[in-house]
Amino acid sequence: MSVTQFKVEGFNTFYGRSQALRDFGFELKGGEVLCLLGRNGAGKTTALQSVMGTVKPASGQLMLNGENLFGLPAKEIPRRGIGYVPQGRRLFAELTVAENLEIGLQTRKAGREVLDYALDLFPVLKERMDQRSGTLSGGEQSMLSMARAMCVDPLVMMLDEPTEGLMPSAIASIREALVKLRASGVAILLVEQRVDAVLPIADRVAFMDHGRIKAEFGIDEVRNDLSLLHQYVGVSDKAKA
Amino acid sequence: MDIAPYLLLATLEGLVQASVLTLTALGLSVVFGTMRVVNVAHGEFFMLGAVGAWVCAMLMPGPPWLGFVTALIVAPAIVGLLAAAADWAILKRIDYDPEATIISTIGLMYIIQQVVLMTFGPNAQAVDAPFYYTIRFPWFGYSSYKLFIVVAAIVLVFALWRLMKGSRVGLLMRATQYDKDTAQNFGIPVDRVYSGVFAVGAMMAAIAGVLVVPNQQAHYLMGHDPLLLSFVVVIVGGLGSIPGTIAAAVLIGLSDGLLSVFFTPTLAKIASTLLVALVLVFKPEGLFGKATR
Repeated sequence: MSVTQFKVEGFNTFYGRSQALRDFGFELKGGEVLCLLGRNGAGKTTALQSVMGTVKPASGQLMLNGENLFGLPAKEIPRRGIGYVPQGRRLFAELTVAENLEIGLQTRKAGREVLDYALDLFPVLKERMDQRSGTLSGGEQSMLSMARAMCVDPLVMMLDEPTEGLMPSAIASIREALVKLRASGVAILLVEQRVDAVLPIADRVAFMDHGRIKAEFGIDEVRNDLSLLHQYVGVSDKAKA
Repeated sequence: MDIAPYLLLATLEGLVQASVLTLTALGLSVVFGTMRVVNVAHGEFFMLGAVGAWVCAMLMPGPPWLGFVTALIVAPAIVGLLAAAADWAILKRIDYDPEATIISTIGLMYIIQQVVLMTFGPNAQAVDAPFYYTIRFPWFGYSSYKLFIVVAAIVLVFALWRLMKGSRVGLLMRATQYDKDTAQNFGIPVDRVYSGVFAVGAMMAAIAGVLVVPNQQAHYLMGHDPLLLSFVVVIVGGLGSIPGTIAAAVLIGLSDGLLSVFFTPTLAKIASTLLVALVLVFKPEGLFGKATR
């Protein structure tokens, strides 16, 4: 099976007259984790929404395995194999856990084995299948949001702050799932505020500011020079690393 | 005075009214719940169902039930197609903007009214009931057709419930209702869901119109009252809540029947309007509604 090639290039996105993304782009291969770091308002969430097509970029290219997805209706982007874990989880709160997962499965008509794989990564969800998702704990909701995106059977997975507000045990579960997902050949774009959640699993780190990627480093460069974190996102290297 | 016969009659009349109201209001509620569109033309879809039943009765030779059964199939189908076309031609193009959809559905309401007026004239048209059988109670006889309306409404509400809760289409509709953007992130064709929901909502009203026309003559202005009462029901029950809509329709239908028999129909209308005011003041999200999503 060929390795997934995913490339976002020259995205310019506007909210009215305000430009949120400026020539934004990155490249990602299957089995790779790229972490996107940046301060609040840097444009990270807009970047993900622009890729998913729920926010329409004015220009750009969105290439997945040689096919340009740019300009396709928003519903077509996930159908081509791009899974998305939105910020704040965005579960269908009135639907049960099983129904949320079913929504993920129907995207690309994934089979039962995909559901089983997702549930094996988050076994706690097996006990909650008939429970309304809005009544789950924060950690379980995050796991469900990720499991739902995994039910898409994605080639590329984009996650927007999946560990936000979670306890360490839940963060560990999600991190473990990401590692397994990467090992299965999925290309992962991870947006995070928490540098400590990112460093153990990232292959590369891209720093974003004012709607564009300012710099990109291999994970070893960042680990060896934690002052980069301070320089680009203003976090204390001692506190976060 | 023996109150029992009056109470029974008022209850039966209230149940019939509640049944028609449930179907009409459910259509409005499903459309608002999923699309956030306040469809002011909803009463006209009801009227088109009634006029369609009259046209079918006119055109179909043979016994009245033949025209009625034909109307039950053909009228909602045509109204559903018309609603889907209106969604494509109007609502989609204004991006379902809440204010713009109100204005545009007001326009649609007048267009439908005037087309019906120009095509079928201003006269009210009677349609025979599909069957005549009187159920004998100790004090009076009662039309079996009216009780058929109650049964038909229960069956249709159950069918809608199963569609929403037990089918893949219903799952997609509910997901779209809760979060349109996230639904798109999972490949749900929101535009097609909207189109289907608008058609289903209109078909519910049209079926109610077909059912009601043997009791109430078809007329190009007959959509006003069902629209207003549907708004009352949907506001009291909770916008977009199916259980709330059913409960409110039964509450308002029964209270309307009881107050009309024991006092006056005017008092019944005052009571339902007062109920809306009280709900809006003390529980604006409706009796069964959720504050926000």
